[in-house]
Amino acid sequence: MKKLIEFKNIVKGFDDTIVLKGINLTIHENEFVTLLGPSGCGKTTLLRILGGFIEQNNGEVYFDGIEISKLPPYKREINTVFQRYALFPHMNVYDNIAFGLRIKKTSEEIIKQKVEKMLRLVGLVGFEKRAVTLLSGGQQQRVAIARALVNEPMVLLLDEPLGALDLKLRKEMQIELKKIQKEVGITFIYVTHDQEEALTMSDKIVVMNEGEIQQIGTPTDIYNEPENRFVADFIGESNILEGIMHDDYVVSFDGITFDCVDYGFHDNEDVDIVIRPEDIDIVSVEQGKIHGQVISSLFKGVHFEVFVKSAHREWMIHTTDPVVINDQVGLSFYPEDIHVMSKLGAY
Amino acid sequence: MVGSKKAIISSIVMIGGVLLFFYLPILILMIFSFNDSRSLTSWAGFSLRWYQDLLSSRDVASAVTTTIIVALISTVVATFVGTLTAIGLSKSKKIVKDVVNSVNNLPILNPEIVTAIGMMLLFSAMNIPRGYITLLLAHISFSIPYVILTILPKLRSLDPNLAEAAMDLGATPWQALTKVIVPQITPGILAGALIAFTMSFDDFVISYFVTGAGVKNISILVYTMSRRINPSINALSTLMVLVITIVLVLINVLPMFKKKERMPIE
Repeated sequence: MKKLIEFKNIVKGFDDTIVLKGINLTIHENEFVTLLGPSGCGKTTLLRILGGFIEQNNGEVYFDGIEISKLPPYKREINTVFQRYALFPHMNVYDNIAFGLRIKKTSEEIIKQKVEKMLRLVGLVGFEKRAVTLLSGGQQQRVAIARALVNEPMVLLLDEPLGALDLKLRKEMQIELKKIQKEVGITFIYVTHDQEEALTMSDKIVVMNEGEIQQIGTPTDIYNEPENRFVADFIGESNILEGIMHDDYVVSFDGITFDCVDYGFHDNEDVDIVIRPEDIDIVSVEQGKIHGQVISSLFKGVHFEVFVKSAHREWMIHTTDPVVINDQVGLSFYPEDIHVMSKLGAY
Repeated sequence: MVGSKKAIISSIVMIGGVLLFFYLPILILMIFSFNDSRSLTSWAGFSLRWYQDLLSSRDVASAVTTTIIVALISTVVATFVGTLTAIGLSKSKKIVKDVVNSVNNLPILNPEIVTAIGMMLLFSAMNIPRGYITLLLAHISFSIPYVILTILPKLRSLDPNLAEAAMDLGATPWQALTKVIVPQITPGILAGALIAFTMSFDDFVISYFVTGAGVKNISILVYTMSRRINPSINALSTLMVLVITIVLVLINVLPMFKKKERMPIE
């Protein structure tokens, strides 16, 4: 895949706070990239720099090989779906979608064809004359997407576009957005703080915190091989513990030595270890590698969320089998379920 | 208490009293504009002679034209400047916003006579001959703060990303302004223009101090006429009340028709 966007050492501060601390990121053609992080991590700022709404203090942005920092937003081949849609309230659905084409003085005939094509794409055929203020949140969302995509941009930026929708609609739109992205075949850059949303839709996830990139990878990479404590904690629920890496494939924590699949650390390096709650099996005390007492069990629909207190800590376990509170149980996991992370972080 | 007869009667009496207090003077003025005699107190029969006087007077004709022209020009200029200032302010940093807002409110809170004397002194210090131009400049300057004050709340209620969305779709900043922002705040702009117009139309104090060379607006004319008894003032005032009433009725009634066409907008 061809390189499309390159951020080089982007630094941005507002007043006294530094929001982006030297971001380096490459985005390819046709990728669905998600910038994921808690609020205030700088993800929206990065998106706005790419859109041309603010300028970085330092660093360069390359688009298709050309430095675009000084290019105003209306000259960039990038369109944005804003957080609160920013539809034009004095125009109907058709005129909202036609806005960009009319600015470019496209003939009304071509506009009509393109707008209709977009309405079909987002499933709003028949809504042409409707006032946008009378649409539901989900419909407004679709208009905003159509209004951006009708200009055939090379990149679509989406700034937490599903934040205002209810859970069910959000799930539907996630699938729909992914479908639309495949259909139009352009790069989507998606900003969210919702890890599940990021895992569902992305080809590539960029986890950010406090103005720095924590990890870049596919959803499975990010989930299964978090590179540091922050990523492990932010993506999904986890048991995060501290341990010592004695040698390649040998790690110890809670006073016990385990086999693992990680290597390439210093001898006896202090490390963070993540074990996902769904990777832990509850077994009999004799079979368990660690044992403890069940202190709580919550029914969560698909699974039970069980807490077991061992000699050193409380473990969170997701299991489909009911357990009895106060029972002594054993905990078991496979070597590949132990994810070892350097304390320094890779970035 | 609710619905008790006594309460209803007393509130009707109260409202009646207030309305009477407001409108009785105007009513008397209107009635006596049709009086056949010069007296402002005793009725001598119906006549339109003061209206005839009024229409044949060149003074009155020129005062009316001056008033309308000054009001129109100052409204257009003040609305234009005020609108752009308000939009600029809405995009400014908080400190700039606060400072400009306070500076903007100052002339509104200031006693008019102070503004009037200040302007008079300024014009004479700058050696600008007093007349049409000074009248116009003064009217523009005292109208702008009201325009800004009317438009700002409208801007505050807009989605902050609207202009960005327009530019994102290829609009230049000017196109974003004219195609998206201005249509959004049109009601505010119209309200601002209306206030500017009425402020200019009935201004007396400032106009009196800054004008010269025989340039008079209606208020000044009425003031000079009222020094001797002349029921033409009554006729002129009656016409002004009539015009203002018609305009007000139109402004209040037209939007009702418009709203029926469109669906309600949140």
